[in-house]
Amino acid sequence: MTDIKIKIIDREGVTHEVDAPTDMNMNLMEVVRSYELAPEGTIGICGGMAMCASCQCYVKSEHELPEKSDDEDAMLAEAFNVEENSRLGCQLHITEEMDGLEVQLAPEEV
Amino acid sequence: MIKTDILIIGAGPTGLFAVFEAGLLKLKCHLIDALPQAGGQCSEIYPKKPIYDIPGFPEVLAGELVDNLMEQIKPFQPGFTLGERAETIEKLEDDSFVVTTNKGTKHNAPIVAIAGGLGSFEPRKPLLENLSQFEDRGVAYIIKDPEVYRDKKVVIAGGGDSALDWGIFLADVASEVTLVHRRNEFRGALDSVEKVQHLKDAGKIKLITPAEIVGLNGNDKLESVVIRKTGDDSDIILEVDNFIPLFGLSPKLGPIGDWGLEIEKNAIKVDNTLDYQTNIPGVYAIGDVNTYPGKLKLILCGFHEATLMCQSAYQTIFPDKKYVMKYTTVGGVTGFDGSKKEAPKAVVKAIN
Repeated sequence: MTDIKIKIIDREGVTHEVDAPTDMNMNLMEVVRSYELAPEGTIGICGGMAMCASCQCYVKSEHELPEKSDDEDAMLAEAFNVEENSRLGCQLHITEEMDGLEVQLAPEEV
Repeated sequence: MIKTDILIIGAGPTGLFAVFEAGLLKLKCHLIDALPQAGGQCSEIYPKKPIYDIPGFPEVLAGELVDNLMEQIKPFQPGFTLGERAETIEKLEDDSFVVTTNKGTKHNAPIVAIAGGLGSFEPRKPLLENLSQFEDRGVAYIIKDPEVYRDKKVVIAGGGDSALDWGIFLADVASEVTLVHRRNEFRGALDSVEKVQHLKDAGKIKLITPAEIVGLNGNDKLESVVIRKTGDDSDIILEVDNFIPLFGLSPKLGPIGDWGLEIEKNAIKVDNTLDYQTNIPGVYAIGDVNTYPGKLKLILCGFHEATLMCQSAYQTIFPDKKYVMKYTTVGGVTGFDGSKKEAPKAVVKAIN
């Protein structure tokens, strides 16, 4: 089993350094939920289909991440608080290359 | 007043299947849903996505699952109040409940089963400071009556199907239609994208992309919007009568959160050791809307919860009756519409 370290800044501005498994078929949104870094019901609302933007996050580190799919791109075009470095956590599959990744959760839409 | 045995709030897969289980016990159901069609998330968010963990279905599209459930419950003639959101609940002296929708439709039942999923789908509102000030004063998130926009100057924001489709429709109604989207690309049916292109070329729709609406101006009503083009600091002030942001829907627990139910993690706490009843006797919560230790938000779990809820509801409605669960293979299915399905009888006959 291989774990990587990810730094996640929650919506309150608190930084958490967490271990994320690369062999559990997990994505970043699920990692956030597994550590309960955002209240249930406020993240991963569509379940991870890139059909809501509740798992939007800003990528703070310089990691090379996989390109956005058309679905993710289109969802981000409709989301709010979108920045250049916005990604949907549910579309970021945890891999060893992500070790040391730093992300910040986007504010909750109200 | 609509009267029924079990009033189900939410017409997603869990709510729909509850009709079937209630029907086996000869209990009638009525469903309320804020969406204009049954199926909940399965119809609204992902009708074309395959689901692989419905027992007995190696693969089924979410939309198909809803069609199948509707077919399965048809003999039990459920009533529907669609396009209305359950707003208030009131307990009467006979211990039954009255649930009233945002449009004033009243429903009376001894049992209320909340199968509300993630909540009712509400329009996603852009983050503009004075947005609420102009709601119904030029700003609307849902187009109810297109005639309101006759000969008006309208700006639509959004890049999906509804923005495209309403842009096309209003091009013939409004005096001026402007479509503002954060990208140059629109996501919609090819046909709609081409039509908008055509209307743009013909000068009937104005497109401002990539851009965003960043401000609203007006006194009593909306008078203009501030449009900021991406990478351009000089804002455009566009005089308009109406602003229609169409950014899709997102689920909100909504008024149910104020019904006095115990809420935890944006979900309703229930007794999972018995019957998924809430802290209010007679009110149950089933499917994604509830929470208990070990809860999994799966359709298949919702089906199970709906089944146990119905048994408990039966005992609440008929406290003195004795009932033994019957398999459908044994008892068949007798619909309220007079239909009857049952296993073909075997014959006992000598073969000579």
